[in-house]
Amino acid sequence: MNTEDRKTGRLQYKGAEIIVKLLERHGITRVSGIPGGASLPIYDALQTSSIEHVLTRHEQGAGFIAQGMARVTGVPGVCLACSGPGATNLVTAVADAHLDSIPLIAITGQVTTNLIGTDAFQETDTYGVMLPITKHNWLVRSAEELLDVIPEAFRIATSGRPGPVSIDVPKDVQQQMVEFDKWPDLGYADPLPQPHADDIEKMCEMLAQASHPLLMIGGGITHSGCAQDLVKFAEQHNIPTVASFMGLGCMPSTHPLFLGMLGMHGARYTNMVLEECDLLIGAGVRFDDRATGKVSQFCPQASVIHIDIDESEIGKIKAPSLAIKADVGATIRECMKKISPMKRQDWYDRVAYLKQHFGLDFSQSHTLFQPYKLLQTLADLTDKQTHVVTDVGQHQMWTSQVFPFQRDRQWISSGGLGTMGFGLPAAIGAALAEPDRMALCISGDGSIMMNIQELATAVEHNLNIKIIIMNNHNLGLVRQQQSLFYGARHHAVKNNSSTNFVALAKAMGAQGYDLAEGDDPMQILKQVLNEEGPCVLNVTISENEMVFPMVAPGASNSEMILEYA
Amino acid sequence: MNKIVLELKVKNHPGVMSHVCGLFARRAYNMEGILCLPMNDNIHSKIWLLVNEEERLNQVIKQTNKLEDVVEIEHHTKMDEHVFFKLGDLFEVS
Repeated sequence: MNTEDRKTGRLQYKGAEIIVKLLERHGITRVSGIPGGASLPIYDALQTSSIEHVLTRHEQGAGFIAQGMARVTGVPGVCLACSGPGATNLVTAVADAHLDSIPLIAITGQVTTNLIGTDAFQETDTYGVMLPITKHNWLVRSAEELLDVIPEAFRIATSGRPGPVSIDVPKDVQQQMVEFDKWPDLGYADPLPQPHADDIEKMCEMLAQASHPLLMIGGGITHSGCAQDLVKFAEQHNIPTVASFMGLGCMPSTHPLFLGMLGMHGARYTNMVLEECDLLIGAGVRFDDRATGKVSQFCPQASVIHIDIDESEIGKIKAPSLAIKADVGATIRECMKKISPMKRQDWYDRVAYLKQHFGLDFSQSHTLFQPYKLLQTLADLTDKQTHVVTDVGQHQMWTSQVFPFQRDRQWISSGGLGTMGFGLPAAIGAALAEPDRMALCISGDGSIMMNIQELATAVEHNLNIKIIIMNNHNLGLVRQQQSLFYGARHHAVKNNSSTNFVALAKAMGAQGYDLAEGDDPMQILKQVLNEEGPCVLNVTISENEMVFPMVAPGASNSEMILEYA
Repeated sequence: MNKIVLELKVKNHPGVMSHVCGLFARRAYNMEGILCLPMNDNIHSKIWLLVNEEERLNQVIKQTNKLEDVVEIEHHTKMDEHVFFKLGDLFEVS
């Protein structure tokens, strides 16, 4: 057992102990997971560790809890699962982390080495399954290899553009004893690539010449940790700024230069500004199709500067006039040093005019049983300390449109993969990692059912989570597409069972309320937010509510559908 | 369509071929031919890929470069194609 050999002074540990000790040495204090036969040695080693284990009710919950922790802190989240079904249940959370560039380390047990390839009990080719959805992955063949693999996992997950890695460890490797002289060096992120001086010069030149510049910011700003510099940069040059879904919060939404989220569900003025800009600076964005609409008609008049740390993103979708493959924070800071402030009053006035006349339409939203009013009231009743976590669907799009985000890492949502079931476990991860902040989980009756079992996990830890279910008894966003693009032939979207979410919450040990249960919905809303521990609020909304504007998939951002005719 | 050869120096361990082939499959980029041999140092291998010179080639090279196990990529001109054709003769591929 984890001892130092008295005679030789060499360290002696089992593979499982090496995993746990190296997680500790990398500063991991909490992991989420579910044990099983092929991961039992790791769990045995965890018993004597300082690391807290959060037992979930489904491995997908474990993956998203680890993601929630990573999304609010930037530190890799670690989740554990058994071989076979345990590992395959993690897959969705890993794929989700891959598309949103979230540092995640998934450690899975595997059948013993001699059984690999024999279709043994609970054997899956986890290495093959994880391969296309991770930055890198391993099947570890000896305990000694773990001394390299674990630090490498931390290095790769956090270097450059962050992302998930997975480590598959056969049970006999976990049990194998090895001797070694000293612990390996810890794995840290590689040094950030810096911009070249001539690129900065070119960027400053293009910026000085532009009369209608526009900043498009994305998740790269969050990962670079440069949100404050970004705001200074925009202010210095008076550049209006749009955010991709993943960039929300990086510039406070109340900032006069902020124009909201662009793309499929962007406000009219936001997408109109794209049509008029003559220089687009894409900062930490990947020009996702939900943001750009039809690419050939995206920012038709603009030259493009693309700043990204991942070279393969440059030119993938949109060919830039200037490509800067570097850390976006360093690039912005260098640029600020080199160029004097500019005013561009005409452009500023034009954008202000568009913002005033072509904003989102709140005129039909009067009661708390309507999405915009409900979300705006929730925003009024909470502050910027609150984490806003969503599931996936209409409720998510409404939140992205109107919630006044004030800081980066305030907004926690599944962007690239769009995973229903993300919200509750991600909120648990956020609440575990930063217990002083309330995790406000906005969900729908479709999404919440995809990981509702994790309410038991939230109750067990008495977490400060408030779950608001916008309940339209439908898969609303699918229904909306059927309404708009399939002749209103609604099929397979109605949740006919009408689950009583208040009773469900109570049965699982949480508080449960219905916004319609008394005379004063406002009072109930306040009460929900003031409850200690997990609380579920059911809000019945009309199935006819839709997310507008909407750009049809594949259409240009200039072709916005504004209402259901 | 022009064919070119990509010569990859990779870390020699089980799984590296899966990473390379998986990437090409996932990015829907066709591979016409593939050869792999260990290098003399025993810790690296060489992989030669015969691919069409499509517009997306540059993108798929960048993605391949991101693989942890890929050490370097050389981009060969048409001249090198014949290694595959000679093999074709050897294997009696007609």
